[in-house]
Amino acid sequence: MNFLSIFDVIGPNMIGPSSSHTAGAVSMALLARKMCPAPIEKVTFTLYGSFARTYRGHGTDRALLGGILGFTTDDPKIRDSFLLAEQAGLEYTFAVDEETVTDHPNTADMDILCEDGYRLSVRGVSVGGGKVKIVRINQIDVEFTGEYSTLIVRQTDKPGVVAHITQCLSHYDVNIAFMRMFREDKGATAYTVVESDETIPDRILEEIKRNPYVHELMLIQI
Amino acid sequence: MDFRNGQELLELCEKYGQPISEVMLEREIHCGNLTHRQIEERLNRVMDIMRASAHAPLTKPRKSIGGLIGGEAKLVHDHGTSAANVTGSILSKAIAYSMAVLEVNASMGLIVAAPTAGSSGVVPGALLAIAEEKGLSDRVLKSGLLNASAVGYLLMRNASVSGAEAGCQAEVGSASAMAAGAVVEMLGGTPGMCLHGASLALSNLLGLVCDPIAGLVEAPCQSRNTVGVANAITCAELALSGVTSLIPFDEMAEAMYQVGTCLPAKLRETAMGGAAATPTGCALCHRDKKES
Repeated sequence: MNFLSIFDVIGPNMIGPSSSHTAGAVSMALLARKMCPAPIEKVTFTLYGSFARTYRGHGTDRALLGGILGFTTDDPKIRDSFLLAEQAGLEYTFAVDEETVTDHPNTADMDILCEDGYRLSVRGVSVGGGKVKIVRINQIDVEFTGEYSTLIVRQTDKPGVVAHITQCLSHYDVNIAFMRMFREDKGATAYTVVESDETIPDRILEEIKRNPYVHELMLIQI
Repeated sequence: MDFRNGQELLELCEKYGQPISEVMLEREIHCGNLTHRQIEERLNRVMDIMRASAHAPLTKPRKSIGGLIGGEAKLVHDHGTSAANVTGSILSKAIAYSMAVLEVNASMGLIVAAPTAGSSGVVPGALLAIAEEKGLSDRVLKSGLLNASAVGYLLMRNASVSGAEAGCQAEVGSASAMAAGAVVEMLGGTPGMCLHGASLALSNLLGLVCDPIAGLVEAPCQSRNTVGVANAITCAELALSGVTSLIPFDEMAEAMYQVGTCLPAKLRETAMGGAAATPTGCALCHRDKKES
């Protein structure tokens, strides 16, 4: 069992009204922002399940947008995120999908276009108490929480790539807490997700990129 | 220096001759990732947010984003000085504060979930009112918060604090048990008395359902928080008087969890039962849809 801190009980400090529908929404969008290599120009949110039915009354829309703007769960600016997004020149739209049944009731897709033309599609779920998971990146099912420093590698599913990644991590003395590979088909695009208790040094990215089957890296630091 | 249940907590208090708050603090220092100084800083921040959220709506009421509540805390607070005040100064203040925190929460303001957002008014309502009315220092208030976190930790670990899992008894019931234990310690009760107070508070709210109108954290959540506060203060009074709970805290926590598993899904945060399913509750729900 994970250690329950004083501040897991008397906490989190958060903008209301709901830990799952507001604080969780902020956190998943903030993770999506951290996965982007460049400033975000446009984002489309698609809300499913309970998010789709009750998002207005829970401020889920403002919370998601707030996360994309880089706010944390206790930032009072979340209330004004529509206005602040306009001021920042961030384009946003919300779509509601009450038909599709998702695995978890509190699910949102975030389709992001960055200023440099980079596109990223991320699905987040809010699993209760403000805890979240990212469960899909660009149509591939993955799973991580962002509670650890997280390295995400997009690669071609070929022998030796994972070994290369672990060698690089070992070279920089990074202690791996969790590591998983996610793929759709043999030999196709795959994601390796590495989670560590400590900060993962940025320098490691250059080294990992040297493998020809590694296409892209994202690093989310705690 | 960890503990897994109320019994082990009391044994540690006995062994070291310390109150529950000190044992909880030692546990965090030894088993957690925070230093004593960081814990102090975070407790100060918690107190600041609790005070701000308990006080602001008394002079500046704000409508909730779901539109079901707003302004109730000011009404109750203003009534506190009227000749028709029923509850007396401590309870009057405590319920006004608890409603205020829920109003801040429902209008996208900053609160401390304790243990959840929906039950976030109970602990600050009871603790701040007691501290102010009894003239207690911030140090005593912080010991109350630590005590509350010990009780809440045990309920998170051994029962549930989720309305979706075990109903409002797990949210407001747990918050009420946390506040009861804390108030007992703040007023000089023993660790044993704290857990008697917490156990009584849990037992009084067993079976309380979670039935948020239109699925919003507004009503009946806000007034449920006042019941959590009143129950906490009542049970603290019982415990401090020497009244004991026949059922020990650990058994009552398990009972609360078991009752939660018996509650139908309709009464666990789905907005399909209780107050939410009344004709008026349904009409309020559809009103929300029309506006959107």
